[in-house]
Amino acid sequence: MSIQILMPALSPTMEEGKLAKWLVAEGDAVTAGDIIAEIETDKATMEVEAVDEGRLHQLLVAEGTEAVKVNTPIAVLLEEGEPVPPPSSPLAPAPSQPPASATAAPEAAGVGGWADGSGAAASPPAPDWPADATMAEQTVRTALRDAMAEEMRRDGDVFVMGEEVAEYQGAYKITEGLLEEFSARRVIDTPITEHGFAGIGVGAAFAGLKPIVEFMTFNFAMQAIDQIVNSAAKTLYMSGGQMGCPIVFRGPNGAAARVAAQHSQDYAAWYAHIPGLKVVMPFSAADAKGLLKSAIRDPNPVIFLENEILYGRMFEVPQIDYSVPIGKARIWREGTDVTLVSFGIGMAHTIEAADKLAEEGISAEIVDLRSLRPMDTATVIRSVQKTNRCVTVEEGFPVCSIGSQIAAVLMQEAFDWLDAPVITCTGKDVPMPYAANLERLALVTADEVAAAAKSVCYR
Amino acid sequence: MAQLDTEAPSIAVPSPDELLGFYRAMLLIRRFEEKAGQLYGMGVIGGFCHLYIGQEAVVIGLQSQCEPGDQVTTSYRDHGHMLACGMDPKGVMAELTGRIGGYSKGKGGSMHMFSREKSFYGGHGIVGAQVPIGAGLAFANNYRGDGRVSLVYFGEGAANQGQVYETFNMAALWQLPVVFVIENNQYAMGTAQARSTSTPALYTRGEAFGIPGEEVDGMDVLAVRAAGARALARCRSGAGPYILEVMTYRYRGHSMSDPAKYRTREEVSRMRETRDPIEGLRKTILAQGAADEEALKAIDKDIRAEINTAAAFAQESPLPPVEELMSDILMPLDPAP
Repeated sequence: MSIQILMPALSPTMEEGKLAKWLVAEGDAVTAGDIIAEIETDKATMEVEAVDEGRLHQLLVAEGTEAVKVNTPIAVLLEEGEPVPPPSSPLAPAPSQPPASATAAPEAAGVGGWADGSGAAASPPAPDWPADATMAEQTVRTALRDAMAEEMRRDGDVFVMGEEVAEYQGAYKITEGLLEEFSARRVIDTPITEHGFAGIGVGAAFAGLKPIVEFMTFNFAMQAIDQIVNSAAKTLYMSGGQMGCPIVFRGPNGAAARVAAQHSQDYAAWYAHIPGLKVVMPFSAADAKGLLKSAIRDPNPVIFLENEILYGRMFEVPQIDYSVPIGKARIWREGTDVTLVSFGIGMAHTIEAADKLAEEGISAEIVDLRSLRPMDTATVIRSVQKTNRCVTVEEGFPVCSIGSQIAAVLMQEAFDWLDAPVITCTGKDVPMPYAANLERLALVTADEVAAAAKSVCYR
Repeated sequence: MAQLDTEAPSIAVPSPDELLGFYRAMLLIRRFEEKAGQLYGMGVIGGFCHLYIGQEAVVIGLQSQCEPGDQVTTSYRDHGHMLACGMDPKGVMAELTGRIGGYSKGKGGSMHMFSREKSFYGGHGIVGAQVPIGAGLAFANNYRGDGRVSLVYFGEGAANQGQVYETFNMAALWQLPVVFVIENNQYAMGTAQARSTSTPALYTRGEAFGIPGEEVDGMDVLAVRAAGARALARCRSGAGPYILEVMTYRYRGHSMSDPAKYRTREEVSRMRETRDPIEGLRKTILAQGAADEEALKAIDKDIRAEINTAAAFAQESPLPPVEELMSDILMPLDPAP
């Protein structure tokens, strides 16, 4: 019985990878545990071990092939003593043994069905850089890295610290290459002690340095939240304006995929609650880069919320020196019937919902908040004055959410313009479950957003 | 175990002027705190107010060995540290009364005061939070290579906080120029050390991280001065962090609202009568002939006048104007680069 070797998923969010190198050749004997290939994910180059024993019959994917989807057959192994099929007959995928996860995988990996896997998002009106700027496709990941590298070149007081940021090149490869360019003096691996290194970062910022503190994820920043809130955010006020804290706390925030409750939480509303902080949560790579540059230059503590699922996504990024101001929303798409307000990964569901609505003749205007504190409510209000309807979209919990805040602001400042109650689409009010089907149900979806939009349009 | 850094050079005998300086500085703190306690009783000072009476020798002995630019960070029992750093008693007292003339314009209060000019970095209300912050200042000193040392003061209660050990680890790993000063006043609020602490010798708490430490008599300003000289010389030489466990005693309650029922009146009286740091130094001064009774009385009189001036300023200074409510929340952006 021949055995198919499938492209493995090597991280919770991996959808595809590059088959960088075969370490075995056709005809080789393979035993379980042998390293047979190197695969490049968007985070790292990983070695793949054989699980079964046999003789390698055929390599189905050539060395150097990019974007090999998870669960694609990449080689065929024959069990010892099994007759070798004639070389001319290509091995059909064994119909009796469909890989159990093959059908489930695209759904699981495609968050909200948005994982088209190719191409950059269409470029919406962009007020933050000249219209004639040369654009190039870039992932959010490299845009963030470029932002840090550019600011570190510009200002010797900027340094980055966190777990695995230096020699490992970043747990999510966001700091790739920084150690080589800026040395261990400015790219500093820390022990796994978030409370302690967040406090050291705050002290360094009080001394006038400009730390970028990376949390491997914001889930772990819970260990450090006292230093962020009580020390970084409040000291300027408590010192009568003497003791500024120019620091950036950044890292992935929100649900990744299948990592369950302790690793899947959106902290947008938590930090947006705190006076003395600035909070940003970009969606596109261009905004991520421009906002991170502004965050590093800002004399105040900035919480910079990234998203693991967005790291590998391509967007058009201006190839010029630019920054995006904190506190300004962006009209991602103009529309007339309903305003959809979102930020971060919520934008993915929102854009998909707007596409569905367009098919049904509903013209949705999409506001990407980008910054949550200060929040550009003026742009939201202007949009609602045009559409008279609003739906908010976010991944966080429903109680005291960003959407609750927007609903309150619209009630107080745009009451007479509203033709329907504001609906807040959020994650469900549960700790994130692990099971794939339950996780999908817990997250906000494009269908829910579309349904809410139709509801406020009374359709 | 002996962790004493015996290699360090011994410090010169203090001059008569130095002795009188210590006397003056400790007395300033004592009288300041007595006045603060009085104003609290009158309702002029509100909130929490943690007095430093009894512990004066700790900060005065250590700060005498600092150089300009060395940074100080401490807990909420911070009035003495601010005065020792050279901050103006008027500005400190006016902060206690919540007036615009206070160091934080009345917005920080007793526990939250700062002076960039005097390298005093707070004044922190969360037990133990100042420890990584002080190490962060030391990190900046290393980053800049400016030869400065950061002194972090915390109590024996804070010495059980997790972030203290996270900081010990990184300070040793990165050889940060930081002196960890554990002011052991025996009681974490109402909990005697023996009831909260599994191993009492806090100066050995750095052992697991390779940080040397020593126990110091915190009721003897000259002993503290000598230990401070050793610790600062070591840090300044690039040898990394150092721990001083300074044994001291607070005469008053944890804060003004603490009746201090967890210890006997006799225990407090015995400490005051036999171990008082100011009285001890006074005897040394007289015995060495550094000054006579008359000269010390004159110092006492000067200090009372200075404290009265501070108290008057603190009550005359206006309340912060309402515009202060919404200012200093965020720094303005620099002009475009």
